[in-house]
Amino acid sequence: MRISILGMGAASMMAMSFGASAQAMDHSGVTVEILTRPGPVIAQRLVERGEEFGAMTGAEIRVNEVPFAELFQKILTDWATGTNSIDVGVFASGWATELVDGDLVEALDDYIANDSMIDIDDIAPYFREYNQKIGGKTYLITVDGDFQMIYYRKDVLDANGLEPPRTWPEYLEVASQIHGQDMNGDGEGDFGSCIFKKRNAQSYFAIGTIAASLVQSKGTGEGIFFNNDDMTPKINNEAWQEAFRLYKATGEFGPPDELNHDIGDTRALVQSARCGLAIDWGDIGPLSIDDSGAAIRDKMYAAIAPGSTRALNTETGKLEDCNPTLCPYAVDGINYAPYAAFGGWSGAINKKSAPEVKQAAYDFLSYVNQAAQSNVDVTIGWTGYNPYRNSQLDNPALWIEAGFSPAYADNYLGAIKESLNHPNMASDMKIPGAQQYTGVILDRELARFLAGEITAEQATANIEEAWEEITEDFGRESQRTIYNLSLGITN
Amino acid sequence: MTNNMKTRPGHSRAAHSRGFVEWLDRNSRHIFLWPAVIMILIFSIFPLIASAIMALSRIRFRGGGYNVRFVWFQNFEKQLFGSEQFHFLGTFAGMSILGWLVAALTTVGIAVWIVSYIRSSFTVIGFVGRLITWGFTLGVGWMLAATLFSGHPFGTLGTTLFYVIVGCGIQFIIGLSLAFLCSLPIRGRGFFRVVFFVPLMITPIGVGYAFRMMADTTKGPFSPVWQWAGLKDFAWAADPWAARFFIMIGDSWQWIPFIFVVMLAALESVPRDYVEAAQVDGATGWEIFRDITWPQVVPVAATVLLIRVIEGFKIVDLPNIMTAGGPGIATESMTLHALFAWRSLDLGQSSAVAYLLLFVTVVTCVSFFNLVVLRRVRA
Repeated sequence: MRISILGMGAASMMAMSFGASAQAMDHSGVTVEILTRPGPVIAQRLVERGEEFGAMTGAEIRVNEVPFAELFQKILTDWATGTNSIDVGVFASGWATELVDGDLVEALDDYIANDSMIDIDDIAPYFREYNQKIGGKTYLITVDGDFQMIYYRKDVLDANGLEPPRTWPEYLEVASQIHGQDMNGDGEGDFGSCIFKKRNAQSYFAIGTIAASLVQSKGTGEGIFFNNDDMTPKINNEAWQEAFRLYKATGEFGPPDELNHDIGDTRALVQSARCGLAIDWGDIGPLSIDDSGAAIRDKMYAAIAPGSTRALNTETGKLEDCNPTLCPYAVDGINYAPYAAFGGWSGAINKKSAPEVKQAAYDFLSYVNQAAQSNVDVTIGWTGYNPYRNSQLDNPALWIEAGFSPAYADNYLGAIKESLNHPNMASDMKIPGAQQYTGVILDRELARFLAGEITAEQATANIEEAWEEITEDFGRESQRTIYNLSLGITN
Repeated sequence: MTNNMKTRPGHSRAAHSRGFVEWLDRNSRHIFLWPAVIMILIFSIFPLIASAIMALSRIRFRGGGYNVRFVWFQNFEKQLFGSEQFHFLGTFAGMSILGWLVAALTTVGIAVWIVSYIRSSFTVIGFVGRLITWGFTLGVGWMLAATLFSGHPFGTLGTTLFYVIVGCGIQFIIGLSLAFLCSLPIRGRGFFRVVFFVPLMITPIGVGYAFRMMADTTKGPFSPVWQWAGLKDFAWAADPWAARFFIMIGDSWQWIPFIFVVMLAALESVPRDYVEAAQVDGATGWEIFRDITWPQVVPVAATVLLIRVIEGFKIVDLPNIMTAGGPGIATESMTLHALFAWRSLDLGQSSAVAYLLLFVTVVTCVSFFNLVVLRRVRA
């Protein structure tokens, strides 16, 4: 574990400060049950921070773990059926909409108003205003900031006289030129591109990153999944079909069994320096300074996710070349739309928990979120926590102390800030049934397309039909209202 | 009542006690049976009824409970005729000539079977039972004709039947062969018995992860072997049939020992006198197996195959861990289909698939029992 001296010092001072205030928040005898995904990623740091918090306040923090695929339904059924064995769920921020819609989550605005330690304005606007809030109220406390970027092997591209790709066709071109080159010095040819494609894993996030710049061009409020006025799916069109084809094409320069690779498999290849290009969340940066990432230390540079010179014209349903009207946020004719895939791991408190438990739960989430703790945690690769506070993004010294080179710290933080501050950032789906829309239907049809079972046109048509069924099932008007609310706050 | 008709108290107690014992004796089978029946009702039948209600409903969890909306057979309709048809049955997009040929052969075969049954031994109950079998066989035949034999992907029903029919068939042949070899007086057979039995004791999840790791062509421990064999660029997980076969190999590795153990016990119970007498008469090894050993072990073989088939229909761990049902939906079994629906809290669809699986399992196993096992036992 690599914790910087500066970080530790700052953490100690802040912890002492928190300790003083913790005397005022005595939670002796209170037990907080937390449910999240299996460790060490996400869960282990909660355990460690829970022990610290317990020592300071007397509360007992119990972190329970279930497989990622079962996390949401465990929380939903526990809270909806009145079992209430879980006080805090730490999960994807996008899932919270369904829980809030069911009146199952405690609103946190009053807690935050009385919290002098959280420094809410230090949380980056996107996560503060969008990730943590639903319908204008704060229901979540962020512990991890998530969106996807492109990573590239700077040394490999430099050696080939190539620039980092700015568009997806350029991505394929660069991947084709470096594919087969030995990138880790073992004498074996390596891969031009590594993007996870396994079914029932994370591929539906990757397709979102590719589709976003083709589908959305007029700002975050436009959205990439539905038409805002009637909630009809905005997926059976040329833009998504092109994204499907681009995603499949990246596989030509990837590992032969990429179709069975999830994010863990891909990261293992990236960390062993076998990938020239990759798509990932912010984890690659901190992972590159872990012992397991020694082979890519200061080599795997980051950039905003590639964009597109064409974008969807929603009136014609066609992909058209960008112009100032169609792509008002385009830079050099390229429309970028960094995708906030997953949104980030966030904590929500069960509305039915006892008042003293809810207060202890909030104080713990606040403790984890506060800069003193999170500014250390986000620099450690294995935690799975990515930066989400301005003090993390505007402070390269923090990262240099953690092990980044100055140049790499500038690049990594620059790529994150460019993405986070982009006015055309694409939001993940945040409506009831989001997991069914994306994690089941989109994921399955995408897998069938990648396997060659169906064409991109058939896949998007199938998705459209299935999404319409889900929308009808949940109620079109209520879904439309929630979808628009979820897109209402832009940067 | 006269005095002599009065019964003495001691006598009365003894008679009463004897009567109770006799009553117990008369009803002992019910007394022993009912607790088990009640337990089955509690843990099987009532959940079955509850899941039937779920299969006819749409359920949404909300604060304070859940909303149930009856949709009757819409969940089944969606699987069989609606937007999930491709997922459960397969993609129907026109039949090839081979498909039509297979469909015609299936239809003719069923027709011949019906006629021969009616001409031979017709009973109303037997006819009704066979009607279900014929209908199911015809449906599966046409489904395969329109998908597999017409170049279109089949759904989770076809994949499940592949795991059951091909997988259990291979497992039975290999398990029986190993059992036969270990029943021979060869050196070290005790060691082989233990080795062959070990896979059965490993959890299916462990088997799934072990096979996924071993079959990883880029990072697995056998990746040098793959590369040496010229399979460096071969991705079994990207090819539907290769993926199905890899899962079937993992499943077979785990379940062959089950067939091995049972068949070994059956083979060793065959009286040696018969075998030795045949040897004295000059019979070959194959003739001894075919005419003496096999008829003796057929009832056990049929039973063990039936148990394995029932278990085979429930395959879920291996495809879930090794491929997550991919590529596409190529390796997704019906149980995994139901599990994925359940994970997304689509409890109605999940229950509907589970009921369809129950129907397929019951029809297959009852047909197999009546048409194969009972026939052999009666013969």
